[in-house]
Amino acid sequence: MSKSNTILYLDGVSVSFDGFRAINNLSLVLDKGEMRAIIGPNGAGKTTMMDIVTGKTRPDEGEVFFDGQVDLTRHDEAEIAMMGIGRKFQKPTVFESHSVEDNLMLALKGPRSIFPALFHRRSAAEARRIDDILGITRLGDKRDELAANLSHGQKQWLEIGMLLAQDPKLLLVDEPVAGMTDAETEETARLLKDIARDHSVVVVEHDMHFVRELGVKVTCLHEGSVLSEGTLDFVSADERVVEVYLGR
Amino acid sequence: MITQRFFAADRRIGVTIVALLAAAIVVPLLDLAVSPQSAFYIPPYIVALVGKYLCYALLALALDLVWGYCGILSLGHGAFFALGGYAMGMYLMRQIGSRGVYGNPILPDFMVFLNYKELPWFWYGFDHFWFAALMVLAVPGLLAFVFGWFAFRSRVTGVYLSIITQAMTYALLLAFFRNDMGFGGNNGLTDFKDILGFSVQADATRSALFAASAVTLALAVFVTAAIVRSKYGKLLMAVRDAESRTRFLGWRAENVKLFAFTVSAIMAGIAGALYVPQVGIINPGEFDPANSIEVVIWTAVGGRGTIVGPIIGALLVNAGKSWFTGVLPEFWLFALGGLFVAVTLLLPKGIVGMWDSWRGRAKALRAASLAAEAGNDPQAPEPKIVRSAARTPGAWSATGPEPQPAE
Repeated sequence: MSKSNTILYLDGVSVSFDGFRAINNLSLVLDKGEMRAIIGPNGAGKTTMMDIVTGKTRPDEGEVFFDGQVDLTRHDEAEIAMMGIGRKFQKPTVFESHSVEDNLMLALKGPRSIFPALFHRRSAAEARRIDDILGITRLGDKRDELAANLSHGQKQWLEIGMLLAQDPKLLLVDEPVAGMTDAETEETARLLKDIARDHSVVVVEHDMHFVRELGVKVTCLHEGSVLSEGTLDFVSADERVVEVYLGR
Repeated sequence: MITQRFFAADRRIGVTIVALLAAAIVVPLLDLAVSPQSAFYIPPYIVALVGKYLCYALLALALDLVWGYCGILSLGHGAFFALGGYAMGMYLMRQIGSRGVYGNPILPDFMVFLNYKELPWFWYGFDHFWFAALMVLAVPGLLAFVFGWFAFRSRVTGVYLSIITQAMTYALLLAFFRNDMGFGGNNGLTDFKDILGFSVQADATRSALFAASAVTLALAVFVTAAIVRSKYGKLLMAVRDAESRTRFLGWRAENVKLFAFTVSAIMAGIAGALYVPQVGIINPGEFDPANSIEVVIWTAVGGRGTIVGPIIGALLVNAGKSWFTGVLPEFWLFALGGLFVAVTLLLPKGIVGMWDSWRGRAKALRAASLAAEAGNDPQAPEPKIVRSAARTPGAWSATGPEPQPAE
């Protein structure tokens, strides 16, 4: 398969921890501008896959390419983030002792070395970008609030906002609606669909209603490799998927 | 609300700087220009004592930059302090010249005693003050840079990092105890005569050293506040609270830590250099891990993650130490240990943190009662206001939320 025109290209990737094969000959291709939902039971390797893409874990074998030509196995977390891959963790991870605005300021695209940060003055363009993101994530009235005081759902949105501030080409979003109310879940689906209009997105999620709401191609992982791929209806009609989920 | 807190923090730092600068002028005046019979007279031994405390306060402030703001608990900051002290001590040794016991114009007494034939290469240049001053900055800075480079790059964190900083200072302690290291071994460097041509024993010189310590501390407060308030400072706290988040945003957490660690070591070195002429001796005992742990206690008592806290902590604990060791010498270590346990259990944010949350609570209560008087619903808003204010004592100095692991 050709790598050109793909944003993410994984081929024959395997990784094991102490003999346990967390990822087993996984191949996954994401086209530019595509949004993909990844489902799978616990231990299917969803989070490990994200670790590999973002440089936290090195695969034992296999190819991982970003944007058609960059070999991600040769770069570390910070380099990969600078190339344009943003990642939201399963547990919302924001800077709790900073205000919402400062959280976004630290995430904004720009130089990432010490001395520019030491003598940084906020430009008008940066202030505008922060305003935009506060609008998109509906956190405008929380601007000066400490991130620690946000609700669980608001922290999830703030973290998504921080990804946007990074201006990535590809967003990896791990369980964005875990612990959210139904209303918040709907709101998050809307937010992600908005984002997907000009970004490539991979969403890992357990919540089938949410996946249905997204209405995108679904990949089901099981024991570290792809079990089934297609529309949600196709995947959920697949015998093997049913078997894995219901444990028959 | 937030801007108000910013101003409150600014004011506190401003007051500290002004107080230190005022002390730098007033204390020497009261020592030198006031007659010893006057009630306002400050005797030279108090000047020397407080001057010493100010050096400790600078050391505590240096530790706070890495511990309070970046979560790096260094149990080896005494090493940087001692290295700065040795660099100054070497200059003071060279100033003795031929007035030593053996009257050798080049070699310090201990070298004559140990049968050195010529000055070791690393003592060259220390007859110049500018060179010694440069080394005061460069030696601790370089050691911290190299140490931090390896430690932070290999992602050593938490208790493991604390242990290796402790090992570092212990290794230096053992090395400096050796006579053939060329730093005076067990006895260290002492019997100083002159600094920049003035006798180190003279009252005027002691007052000048006091003033220099106070001014340097004021400058360090200013620099630390500027660092902490910059975007870099926010990043520093971000690394403390969620290191992997900063990595996935593209920041190099190891460089962020390395810069703070190096700046902190240089501050500690300056503190050591100001300390040595005031106490008249530097010996390997300064590398003792117990000293570094004491610095941690000062910082914890005053309140880590605040700029004024470590200064207050260092001054109070050391004043307590001077008093205690005079009155009940055998109980001092118990008192110090008890203090650390008590602070950890009862005042996790130290004196300054406690003061902030007490003030915040008082303010919220007052606001709530005002609202009640104004005829607003007295029950509903009250508990909410109290909680939110108590949870955010001093916004930018907040150490409130515990560092959280990512994922």
